[in-house]
Amino acid sequence: MTMRKVAVIGAGMTQFVRRAQETPKELTWQASRMALESCELTLDDIEAVCLGTAPDSFDGIHMNGEYLSDGAGAWRKPYMRLYVAGGTGVFVPIQGWYHVASGLFDVVLVVAEEKMSSYYPHAQAAFLTIFDHTTERPLKPNLLWIFALEMNRYMTTYGISKADIARVSVQHKHNAADHPCALLGDPKITVEDVLNSEVLAWPVQRYDVSPVSDGAVAVVLAAEHIAKRITDKPVWIEGVGWNLDTAHWTNRDLVYPRYVEYAARMAYEMAGIKEPKKEIHIAEPYDPFDYKALHHLEGLQLAERGQAPQLYIDGTAARDGNMPVCPSGGLLGVGNPIAAAGLMKIAELFWQLRGEAGARQVPGQPRRGIAQAWGDLMQVGTVVIMGR
Amino acid sequence: MNDRVAIIGIGWSGYRRVSPDLSYKEIIYEAALKAYNDAGVDPRKDIQTFVTVAEDFHEGTSIFDEYTPDQLGAALKPMHTITGDGLHGLATACMLVKTGQFDLVALEGHSKASNIRTLPEVTAYAQDPILNRPLRFNSNFIAGLEMNRYLFETGATLEQCAAVVQKNRLHALRNPKAAFGAELTLDEILAGPPISWPLGKRDLAESADGAVVMVLASESLARQLSDKPIWVLGIGWCNDSPSLESREWGELPYIQKAAQIAYRQAGFRNPQGIIDFAEVDDTYSYKELQSLEALGFCLPGEAGILTEDGATAFDGELPVNASGGSLGMGHLLDATGLTRALEVVLQLRGEAGLYQLEEVNVGLAQSWRGVPTTSGAVAVLAN
Repeated sequence: MTMRKVAVIGAGMTQFVRRAQETPKELTWQASRMALESCELTLDDIEAVCLGTAPDSFDGIHMNGEYLSDGAGAWRKPYMRLYVAGGTGVFVPIQGWYHVASGLFDVVLVVAEEKMSSYYPHAQAAFLTIFDHTTERPLKPNLLWIFALEMNRYMTTYGISKADIARVSVQHKHNAADHPCALLGDPKITVEDVLNSEVLAWPVQRYDVSPVSDGAVAVVLAAEHIAKRITDKPVWIEGVGWNLDTAHWTNRDLVYPRYVEYAARMAYEMAGIKEPKKEIHIAEPYDPFDYKALHHLEGLQLAERGQAPQLYIDGTAARDGNMPVCPSGGLLGVGNPIAAAGLMKIAELFWQLRGEAGARQVPGQPRRGIAQAWGDLMQVGTVVIMGR
Repeated sequence: MNDRVAIIGIGWSGYRRVSPDLSYKEIIYEAALKAYNDAGVDPRKDIQTFVTVAEDFHEGTSIFDEYTPDQLGAALKPMHTITGDGLHGLATACMLVKTGQFDLVALEGHSKASNIRTLPEVTAYAQDPILNRPLRFNSNFIAGLEMNRYLFETGATLEQCAAVVQKNRLHALRNPKAAFGAELTLDEILAGPPISWPLGKRDLAESADGAVVMVLASESLARQLSDKPIWVLGIGWCNDSPSLESREWGELPYIQKAAQIAYRQAGFRNPQGIIDFAEVDDTYSYKELQSLEALGFCLPGEAGILTEDGATAFDGELPVNASGGSLGMGHLLDATGLTRALEVVLQLRGEAGLYQLEEVNVGLAQSWRGVPTTSGAVAVLAN
């Protein structure tokens, strides 16, 4: 069966910052406008709008998708909002993909927004209500604790050192120094700096973690016949995959993200990829924590289990390496406005594959890239493969 | 690509005013089990992807999509959550099948409204936090404003709105699933008391608990698995302005646009003479009239007259909400539109029992996401 081809034809993103002065609506508007201008379209050309934003509690608005709708350009248009928590940013282009691939629409605007700073004093409090109301919430778990559990499990199982994991944070923050929208780019940070940072919940230290941020990103998707008319450099969505595991996260072996593997296999199959390690030229795995990038590279079948740190040690993951990982700077460097951070990875692949990434450009004219996000209770993987 | 999509399995649980004996997971499980048995499929082996509709603040859980897979048999499967009405979920399921990537999709929507202690405060929290929230508007107050504008612009009367309530609650008496069946006189309905004039207490649908699950399939699979597939001929959805200050108050341009999209897919412009019956939004009595006009069944101001004449009654020319609607069955939060679609499927299959309509082939379901949204969807289904 032949499937309708869908291309990314434009992208835009706001600065990722700690405390945006703009309202959530204004952030979505800024990103949407930039995406449209990048491909010289106007809202009149847009047939439907897809929006991704994680919990309503960040913006503190019930039915937040409805509130954001006109900011995202959805006035008198078909409009839907979806979420799979942290996985949302890479899922919302999948939602855009099925809007177009279904044949119902030809040009779709895909927007992701997150404003975490409205949650005062700290967005962490919004995560207290993600846990099971009967079995977990009474224990008042903090999100950092469960990351600490997972990181510990990963380190202990494979005998990985803190210093090897810190390399991820260092490299991503170095990369982000070249990103004009980045919040935490730092060309000078060292592994020692990471290892000497404040301990939050052992083994998680401050520089192992991406920052709480505000921002929005938008991309424009189009069907093949439209895409070819608008640009001579369309970037095709070659494969999509997503997978959600049980809510009983405590029953899972946290050492390996099986849900990411299943999502990746779905996307590889659709893209016709047999050997991911050879056929993927750029990887943008989800990196809210430094160990998470490693964890996800293994789930994506881009590294053997327990071997992902090697990619950073031998330089494979560097921007000029064989398979650059997070050339954007990732969440650790660019920032982590949750849903927007995932879509930032899609925008990065778009710019990289078109050769428009400026100082961040990966050498050697990469042909294919993969973006992945993760979310919920160690539970969901979302994967998009893009190629030119 | 798959051109046609069919609903091949349906299941529901409820609907009740309160359900202290069951968790939301249990009511979803019951509905899912019925739907899977109805379609003759195994969720672990056969269903390829799952969709749910839910809103965090209705569930009392941040990123509620965490808790969606287990009761549906969807763990370690592609599943995602739409923050929309059930008809938005139906549109999503249809699009997934139409891509050609999936042949079998499950869709779920539920309400556990009785768990929400502060539903009016929660819905009021959907208003613009900067421009409107400081004014402390109650959702029903905004509905009262809209009703007033609608009556002013179209000349519809309070009695016509009351006739909607009388009709739908009377219809509900025949529907064993409906929690609010009653035989009321117009005077009883008009006696209020007023909630936000001209909106009276009986003009609004009370909330209820329940769940709906549907299984959708591509044409080839639907013909294999089912001897009574119900085809989704068209589905459209649309938003207007979310801000109270810059929207139309008398008419529903988003329903007009959603209907146009659905009708175009189904291959017609004018629903009159094609659609045999409709299940439309009646969160508030006047909404049924406003919706019927936006859907193109009549001109603005005519829906009330048709209702008074009995044209939209069970035995009328265009039966509307023969199930009892939300006024008769209870409002099911995000599952409201999916409940309307379920009732259309039951009628088209000839399984509506005591409230079965005769000789119906094409039905319409329509939804609205409630105050303060301008978000709605329309589905055209046929047997």
